[in-house]
Amino acid sequence: MAEHEPPLERGPDPVIYTELERIEGPLVALVTALPGIGYGEAVEVVDRAGGRRHGRVVLLDGDKVTIELFQGTTGLGQDGERTRFLGRPISVRLDKNILGRHLNGMGEPIDGGPPLTGALYNINGTPLNPTARSYPQDFIQTGVSAIDAMSALVRGQKLPIFSSSGLPHDQLAIQLAQQARIRPELSRQELSRPELNRQEVSHPDVSREERSKEREGELVVVFAAIGVKHDVAVRFAREIAGQTVSFINLADDPVMERLLTPRVALTTAEYLAFELGLHVLVILTDMTVYGEALREVATARGDIPSRKGYPGYLYSDLASLFERAGRIKGKPGSITQIPILTMPNDDITHPIPDLTGYITEGQIVLSRDLFRQRIYPPINLLPSLSRLMGDGVGEGKTRADHHPLMDQLYAAYARAEEVRMMTRIVGEEDLTETDRAYLAFGHALEHQFIAQGESQERDIEQSLDLGWRLLGGLPLEELTRLSRQLIDDHRSLLEQGPPGEQP
Amino acid sequence: MSAHTTQISGPLVVCDHPAEFAMGDRVAVGDVGLVGEVIRITPHACYLQVYEDTTELKVGEPVTGSGGALSVELGPGLLASVFDGIQRPLELLRERAGDGIQRGIQAPALDRTRRWTFEPALKQGAAVNGGAVLGQVKETPAITHKILLPPHLNGTLATIADRGEYCLEEPIASVRDAGGETHPVYMFQRWPVRIRRPVSERLSPDTPLVTGQRVIDTLFPIAKGGSAAMPGGFGTGKTVTQHNLAKWCDADVIIYIGCGERGNEITGVLQDFPQLRDPRTERPLIERTVMIANTSNMPVAAREASIYTGITIAEYFRDQGLDVALLADSTSRWAEALREISGRLEEMPAEEGFPAYLPSRTAEFYERAGKVRTLAGETGSLTAIGAVSPPGGDFSEPVTLHTQRFVKAFWMLDRNLAYARFFPAIHPLDSYSEYAGELAQWWQNLEQTWHEDRSALVELLLEADKLKGVVRIMGEEGLSERQRKMLLAERVIKEGFLQQSAFSPNDRFASPQKQAALLSVIMGQVRRLLGDETPAAQATRHFQLDALIRLKDEQSSKEIEAIRAWPNTNPR
Ligand SMILES: Nc1ncnc2c1ncn2[C@@H]1O[C@H](COP(=O)(O)OP(=O)(O)OP(=O)(O)O)[C@@H](O)[C@H]1O
Ligand SMILES: [Mg+2]
Repeated sequence: MAEHEPPLERGPDPVIYTELERIEGPLVALVTALPGIGYGEAVEVVDRAGGRRHGRVVLLDGDKVTIELFQGTTGLGQDGERTRFLGRPISVRLDKNILGRHLNGMGEPIDGGPPLTGALYNINGTPLNPTARSYPQDFIQTGVSAIDAMSALVRGQKLPIFSSSGLPHDQLAIQLAQQARIRPELSRQELSRPELNRQEVSHPDVSREERSKEREGELVVVFAAIGVKHDVAVRFAREIAGQTVSFINLADDPVMERLLTPRVALTTAEYLAFELGLHVLVILTDMTVYGEALREVATARGDIPSRKGYPGYLYSDLASLFERAGRIKGKPGSITQIPILTMPNDDITHPIPDLTGYITEGQIVLSRDLFRQRIYPPINLLPSLSRLMGDGVGEGKTRADHHPLMDQLYAAYARAEEVRMMTRIVGEEDLTETDRAYLAFGHALEHQFIAQGESQERDIEQSLDLGWRLLGGLPLEELTRLSRQLIDDHRSLLEQGPPGEQP
Repeated sequence: MSAHTTQISGPLVVCDHPAEFAMGDRVAVGDVGLVGEVIRITPHACYLQVYEDTTELKVGEPVTGSGGALSVELGPGLLASVFDGIQRPLELLRERAGDGIQRGIQAPALDRTRRWTFEPALKQGAAVNGGAVLGQVKETPAITHKILLPPHLNGTLATIADRGEYCLEEPIASVRDAGGETHPVYMFQRWPVRIRRPVSERLSPDTPLVTGQRVIDTLFPIAKGGSAAMPGGFGTGKTVTQHNLAKWCDADVIIYIGCGERGNEITGVLQDFPQLRDPRTERPLIERTVMIANTSNMPVAAREASIYTGITIAEYFRDQGLDVALLADSTSRWAEALREISGRLEEMPAEEGFPAYLPSRTAEFYERAGKVRTLAGETGSLTAIGAVSPPGGDFSEPVTLHTQRFVKAFWMLDRNLAYARFFPAIHPLDSYSEYAGELAQWWQNLEQTWHEDRSALVELLLEADKLKGVVRIMGEEGLSERQRKMLLAERVIKEGFLQQSAFSPNDRFASPQKQAALLSVIMGQVRRLLGDETPAAQATRHFQLDALIRLKDEQSSKEIEAIRAWPNTNPR
């Protein structure tokens, strides 16, 4: 996978051309070349002004080579440009000093620091053999009740945030990056200790500062900004402390570069996780912008559109990114992905959230409705889901009551929503006692369980206990998802009932 | 004269010298020998669909034919294996090439060196026809693998090996055909994936494939040899249901195809199946399972082939007189792969970019399911169950609609049920099965009141659905006491009978006996509830409806008497 030449003194046979034969549209140019050009090969065009543009081979037809330029074709002419084929797929150079660096969307330093000098890595990676994967099942405590108790995150999972413009997804992602930690004392399994980790034992009662220190070595964040506004990028850079690598493609950077940014970031994550043995959290934002860039490029290429103008291969393309999360047998590190996307028009059936949901291992959905009620984090529980929770929680992982309790909370909340819909038409007067209890339960769940401070951290035990207390507001015979045994074991929490409203 | 690549566009590669090839030929493309298949021949060019990533392939690299169509190897060693879409053994690839799937890597599908104990069933001199059972190999403790004569070979058995250990490369018999020519016969054979394997007769399916899932078995059953599809938006439970069927259904052999889905779902099966035990044989489930894994990040063209690879292996086990269940998750990804290749061929798209042949290909696939009399005269069956992933959860899209035309059971997964964590989220009113009528007698033999109870259950669901429409507009005020109790009854049916959690140790699998007993107990109590004067407000407590709902999780399939004795059973 790795080649060890420095970037531009390329491979066996550096070919330089001076002419672009045809320029077709904003992205595509045609060259007549000698044989020996590989499909997908990286290309560099030095234009008349001396500017470098990057591209790749997208079609080979006899001696005609079609290339696609990430910085576009504007300003290029037939003469005076030099095209160079690099003899390898698009690659990025990585070394151990990458932690703490800021790079552009193509992996070039933008922080004034020295260039990276390690080996070259193909940014498309290699598809992982499914038999090489190790099933993710280590619970990550994020400190957010609505996630930990209801849609738990595990190491090596890909769990996106489905948001909408104006909602606090950035805040939530930052909070997750800051608070995420493993609770070794909960689980029976041996924790693998990556080399940069320090020895640590977590206590639920240590102060916030101590915890974040202790955590420093634990998670490395790879952050990829894909066509986001400048202030968003700055905010992430400022607030995600510790060991972070950032790749920044801003809203005014070339559109096509956006297709590379997540790939460069994930290649870096793979290097950190599977070569250096670190636990990596990858935040990709905004995948909707990524999808739009893909559509723009596909349209320029003349690909047949499927839904809403997006190309038919959008699913495979997104999968080639999201599947680069996980764990590998016999290797200590892991890649956990939290992609963020904004649902155009708050529509979860839009192709980007839809196809993402078909690929990722669940989703955390934010709701404008809860946001308007000033509930933070405004997590819409019903459509949210973590598919890896089944094996990641329960006895020996979190607590034996976790899964059934979660089931019961969901079922009761769904019923509460039904009653709420009904009261919109028929009013509250004629409700039965039970339905009233459900209404109160729904309200309490939103305002006391989902709602919590922007830097408030709840241990999983606290979140689960809170869940039990909220259920205490419902008649016992409604709790049919819980066994009698579990109910008996948690009677005192049920009897305490919901806590009073928090200020 | 040899052929060379002239054009490369992703998975579509064109070469010269088209006369060298026939449609459907398997080819090796380029210096590293990528696997491809001929999909179009024109006067000057031959178009190839390449099953591996074509990055770094160059114009002018050689293309060689294998002289045959894209085929699979069929013989001992299939069970408990994991293959990619073109039957490369993934575990072996990992041993040879590491964690990533490298381009051009080859390995025989079946282990050539492993020795199997062959027991002959025929004697020298016997007249044999294609499909005859020559002998058998105990492939796993759960499955006896019959060694079949390839379908098109007839003649007399010139030689047959004695009982003993052989590897796949040693002939175990030879057959002299009518022309006097002798053909060696091995324990394995090859078959082209796009051609169905012959049978002597198609029979009509008449026995249920017991899945252990109540909503399926009781409401929307599938017959052995039947076909079913399961459409649903993301997160509605297609994969978990497919896994459940793979785990608990009463087929002899399971073919599980992960077609363009998640890598971790395959890993999950590989982790669970060696540990879980088949409730009938007590053997680890992996011993009866063949897995085809072409996950979403693996090459698209091989995703298209994976479905055919899987169904050909399924037919081969069916030909041994076994009941085979094939689970394909998800057929939508297969259709999308068809669309992608079709787009690159610049074919005229029909609906939503899909090629006009989508319906016929879909029909061909599901038609390979069936209950049959094999060439050897035994009965075997192939049940095909496909998941469908409609974009936006909209069931009016082409793949869902065309699939619906060619299957007889249709399990529609409902997003709102999934949101309420009501699983399986199979919609109890919208779903249907055309097998229900034919299979009723089977259940009736098991339980005298089954038919009556089931009809009452269905009627109650319909009635309650209407009442809910009223409640949404007028509130519960508009209902009579009896109508309110019907809503309670509906809840008991849904939560106490239809709901069934894959995570419930006692209830993840329900035997037909448990299903029948539970149905009878619940419908008995529902009748009492509706026939009684107790007001709705007190009915839950009076009739212990909450306890009745918990009954399914408290008693396993082993405790039929305890279920029947309810409410006089003590929960353990
Ligand atoms: N029978 C079941 N019992 C308990 N939980 C279930 C059941 N079916 C589904 N679930 C829950 O729903 C989640 C999603 O199910 P699943 O992964 O099968 O969805 P899917 O329809 O295959 O989605 P996709 O199309 O995205 O692959 C599971 O992770 C599990 O938590
Ligand atoms: Mg699925």
